[in-house]
Amino acid sequence: MASEHLLDIRQLAKSFGKHQVLKAVDLHVSKGEVVTVIGPSGSGKTTLLRCVNFLETYDGGSIRIDGTEVGYRNDGPQRRRRGEVDLARMRAETGMVFQSFNLFPHLTAAENVMLGLRRVRKKPKREAREIALHWLGRVGLGHKADSLPGELSGGQQQRVGIARAVAMEPKILLLDEITSALDPELVGEVLDVVRQLAGDGMTMLMVTHEIAFARDASHRIVFMADGMVSAVVPPDQLQAAAAENDRLRSFLSRFSATAH
Amino acid sequence: MGYHLSFNLIWRHFDKLWGGLLLSLELAIISIAIGALIGLVLAVWYVSAGRVVRAIIAAYVEFIRNVPLILLVYLVFYGLPTAIDIAYGPTTSFVLTLSLYAGAYLVEVFRSGLEAVPRGQLDAGKALGLTPWQRLIDVRLPTMTRITLPALSNTFISLFKDTSVASVIAVPELTYGAQWINFSTFRIVEVYIVTTIMYLVTGYAILFGLRQVERRFRVER
Ligand SMILES: Nc1ncnc2c1ncn2[C@@H]1O[C@H](COP(=O)(O)OP(=O)(O)O)[C@@H](O)[C@H]1O
Ligand SMILES: [Mg+2]
Repeated sequence: MASEHLLDIRQLAKSFGKHQVLKAVDLHVSKGEVVTVIGPSGSGKTTLLRCVNFLETYDGGSIRIDGTEVGYRNDGPQRRRRGEVDLARMRAETGMVFQSFNLFPHLTAAENVMLGLRRVRKKPKREAREIALHWLGRVGLGHKADSLPGELSGGQQQRVGIARAVAMEPKILLLDEITSALDPELVGEVLDVVRQLAGDGMTMLMVTHEIAFARDASHRIVFMADGMVSAVVPPDQLQAAAAENDRLRSFLSRFSATAH
Repeated sequence: MGYHLSFNLIWRHFDKLWGGLLLSLELAIISIAIGALIGLVLAVWYVSAGRVVRAIIAAYVEFIRNVPLILLVYLVFYGLPTAIDIAYGPTTSFVLTLSLYAGAYLVEVFRSGLEAVPRGQLDAGKALGLTPWQRLIDVRLPTMTRITLPALSNTFISLFKDTSVASVIAVPELTYGAQWINFSTFRIVEVYIVTTIMYLVTGYAILFGLRQVERRFRVER
């Protein structure tokens, strides 16, 4: 099925047991676009992102990247889960940066970045290290290449996490509240890196509570509430949209009251 | 008249103890190596297997843990050859027993180690596009090893002490060497004093060495 969008999510539904977390989510991201998802805690933002690279299975609807359905293969009317090797190959096309960094603690910063390049992209060691050093340099950590994660600050760890994801040259980068676990003074250095990536044309789907950042770094803002997309607006029309959307208004006001 | 300690006869036969000590170490090292292999394979299999396989592995663990080691030694040495018509010497038989014994304890150690690998690390491995096998080798096993190293050291020390059970089937390890000297010199107290010291010193040396290794590989969190 042809689609001009790099990522095309339609009628996505997902339940954990009886609890329906996502109800008919529609969302698309074009190449080079930065789309930010905001919304109250528990509204399903993380689940949505995790479905996109199939860290979570989904029950209904479809997710397509470059026209290929994520996670499932359509066998006539039947939908089948892809095999593990097929899933791995698909996941290699999407990068993910986690709230809790999730670096491999036994590997140095460079080795964290090299692992996917070596095992998935099958690069020789020397080339993988060159690429790793390049990206660590880009996130300002060229001098920490041989440090273990335990020797790095949270902000530095998260920048390694970003380098690890982008070094794979994914078609789209998923970022889930990547500054939420950081001390306030370390947030800026990580957001700067994301801003640079956006400037380079990296396609991104991110969840953040940094509303100001979302406003100046993204092309569109998606407001989620109760497992549904409640509003999609260009960043400069967020306030205007809030005037018409009670939930968005109350979310934003609660937000500026606490986080600003 | 009291009993006078005299160590002269012990020193004359010290090669029996020294050779025995080396054999004890060898038995422990070979058994922990084979046992770790058994434990690892079964643990990896266990965490990904269905109910039947899990039940079988659990039965093996339960059996070994609830039968005294000395009985297992007899069973394997006297029982197994009659049951399946193979012949082996006492040393081979004992290594087999101690390996199966270590394996049963290490399945548990490795299984909990595998399950203790943080979910987020596995997600990160998946997100990079690593296959399940690659995630096992590159993500789970390294972290599991660091988590389980202390338990592995303790198991090794226990196994080293447990090698003394091999004396009941005449494997010439340290305790057997001590008994041999007893029979030929009747210097029972002296022999056991020296033997005890040898077990203690060696045990502490191993412990010290392994703690150094552990320190080097300590989990960074
Ligand atoms: N693995 C899971 N099992 C059961 N419930 C889950 C799981 N993950 C998330 N949930 C539930 O799904 C809802 C949405 O969670 P999440 O996607 O993390 O929301 P958000 O990221 O917007 O805060 C929450 O109610 C959460 O408790
Ligand atoms: Mg979340």
